[in-house]
Amino acid sequence: MSGPPFVFLLLFFVAPSVIMVLASFRYPGEFGGLAPLFADTQTLHGLTVETYEFFFSDIIYGYVFLKSIFVALATTLICLLLAYPLALLIARSPKKSRDLMVLLVVLPFASNFLVRVYAWMIILGPQAAFSQAVNGVLALFGMEPVHLLFSPFAVLVGMVYVHLPFMVLPLYTNLEKHDPALLDAAQDLGANVWHRFWRVTFPLSLPGIFSGSALVFIPVLGMFAIPDILGGTGDMLIGNLIKEQFLGTRDWPFGSTLSIMLTVTVLLIVWLTTRLAGRGRHYA
Amino acid sequence: MARLELRNVTRRFGDFVAVDDVSLSIESGEFFTLLGPSGCGKTTILRMIAGFDLPDAGQILLDGQDLADTPAEKRPVHTVFQNYALFPHLTVAENIAFPLRMARRPESEQRSMLNEMLEQVHLVDKAAAYPHELSGGQKQRVALARGLVNRPRLLLLDEPLGALDAKLREEMQVDLINLQRDVGITFVFVTHAQVEALALSHRIAVMNAGRVEQLDEPSKLYSAPQNRFVADFIGQINQLEAQVVEAAHGHLRLAVAGLGEIVAPPLAEAKAGDKGVYAIRPEQVRIGIHDEVSELKNHFSGEVKSLLYQGDVTVYRVGLANGAMLEALLPNSASGRAQLFEAGDAVKLGWRHDAGMFLHD
Repeated sequence: MSGPPFVFLLLFFVAPSVIMVLASFRYPGEFGGLAPLFADTQTLHGLTVETYEFFFSDIIYGYVFLKSIFVALATTLICLLLAYPLALLIARSPKKSRDLMVLLVVLPFASNFLVRVYAWMIILGPQAAFSQAVNGVLALFGMEPVHLLFSPFAVLVGMVYVHLPFMVLPLYTNLEKHDPALLDAAQDLGANVWHRFWRVTFPLSLPGIFSGSALVFIPVLGMFAIPDILGGTGDMLIGNLIKEQFLGTRDWPFGSTLSIMLTVTVLLIVWLTTRLAGRGRHYA
Repeated sequence: MARLELRNVTRRFGDFVAVDDVSLSIESGEFFTLLGPSGCGKTTILRMIAGFDLPDAGQILLDGQDLADTPAEKRPVHTVFQNYALFPHLTVAENIAFPLRMARRPESEQRSMLNEMLEQVHLVDKAAAYPHELSGGQKQRVALARGLVNRPRLLLLDEPLGALDAKLREEMQVDLINLQRDVGITFVFVTHAQVEALALSHRIAVMNAGRVEQLDEPSKLYSAPQNRFVADFIGQINQLEAQVVEAAHGHLRLAVAGLGEIVAPPLAEAKAGDKGVYAIRPEQVRIGIHDEVSELKNHFSGEVKSLLYQGDVTVYRVGLANGAMLEALLPNSASGRAQLFEAGDAVKLGWRHDAGMFLHD
């Protein structure tokens, strides 16, 4: 590896990571930031592994990590289930209407991300038609009304909504390349609709599923804005925890430690899935 | 009962009539070919037999049973596709076993049928390979094996040799003839390559503009084409505008403007005054400078305008007195005829009275 890609990787990935790793072994400054490495005062200075001890000593951090992974997995799965039929529909539409449909998929990007998430506050709010309808149905069965906004449900809805295009696009790109003759061949050789999908279309779309899942799973795992806005006060994910360390508690070393643990977790999961995916990718 | 029968099958796409009232029947065990230029409707017929398309009118019967309500996946008819359409994510063995799995045959039966097929197409050592690891000829054999393994009542082949280079194509033709004879399955072959059709088929239907122009054995198609299209499409043929002067019992006398008279084989439906062409194959035209040519019933003088050396044979293009051009073929091996001519040479052309044929306009 050499040239511009290497410089790019060095500047935008390696260097920040190194800074973060170094920061995680420092003491927090008195008023935020980092304590000086060398000082003649009585305050703490030098290097320490205190933050790592702290991370592993309290079960709550492990719990937040597990919960975040669960939310990210659920979001990925729901995105996949919603995006697959849509991507298939676009890929099998006449060439002329495909571009328009892709444009519609990416159109939400034209408006600000926060505005779109705030819109969900209105849609899920207690006075909105949707909440009224849900609670109306619940009342019919004699059940207590539920609060849709500021709940794990609202967080999941927001996560799925924002990340859906990241699943649709790689899936579409993959499905669009499938040779239609393969489906004809499968049908000719006795495969019904069900078998044509599960034995031809689905296995051939696995690379698209993996890249779409990575594009959804990784950002969702570190997302803090959506749980902040739609999750209310109780629902904390890793992203919120890290943001809290830097902006609230002003404990930069511990924030850095949490960030490193997040990066390690992501790399581990990506490594695992590429190993799993590698088994199914003999073909060009 | 015929294995496959088409009864007055018509298929239109908008105003375009792709298949126009075609009727034909194919016998069990036959190697049948649909031959014609692109757009003649041969592929549309194949797709209708396979079940990917339905006729607008007419019937398709397999062993006497109308196929109209049977979807493609339920028809005991398999296809070898033009670009093979092998499943890229499956190995050779998995590709070939695909129709067996779909038919839910017992596991042990699947294995024995698969192994038998792998041996038949000499792919045992490639069983675990993926399609992208195979050569063109190997892919071709996998596609054939996949189509044959479940013993369909009919195997359709859609220009399967089109993607191969010339030398491999010839090899595959021999393989295909042997394979068809060994498995005894009825083949319906679609091609636009007349050489391929002549070499492989028991019978050929020559198609043009949605209709069958002539349905015959290869040798009949070549030696006795029924109309100008077939004569032109199958092999090379010389054509001279001609008019019938006398239709006698044993022969036909034709007048060719600016050239003279030609004696041709008799034709039942021809009568004096009929217009058409006199057609003769280049290999039936003798070319020389000796009197032996002049002794033939039909003989004319001409001048060699150009020649095409093709190794085994040389094709001479000879200009006649009326300005028409005739091609004559001379094998370069024949000892007595080893005389080579140059462009500009004055030569004599001649042929027997029973060579060539008169074709109506």
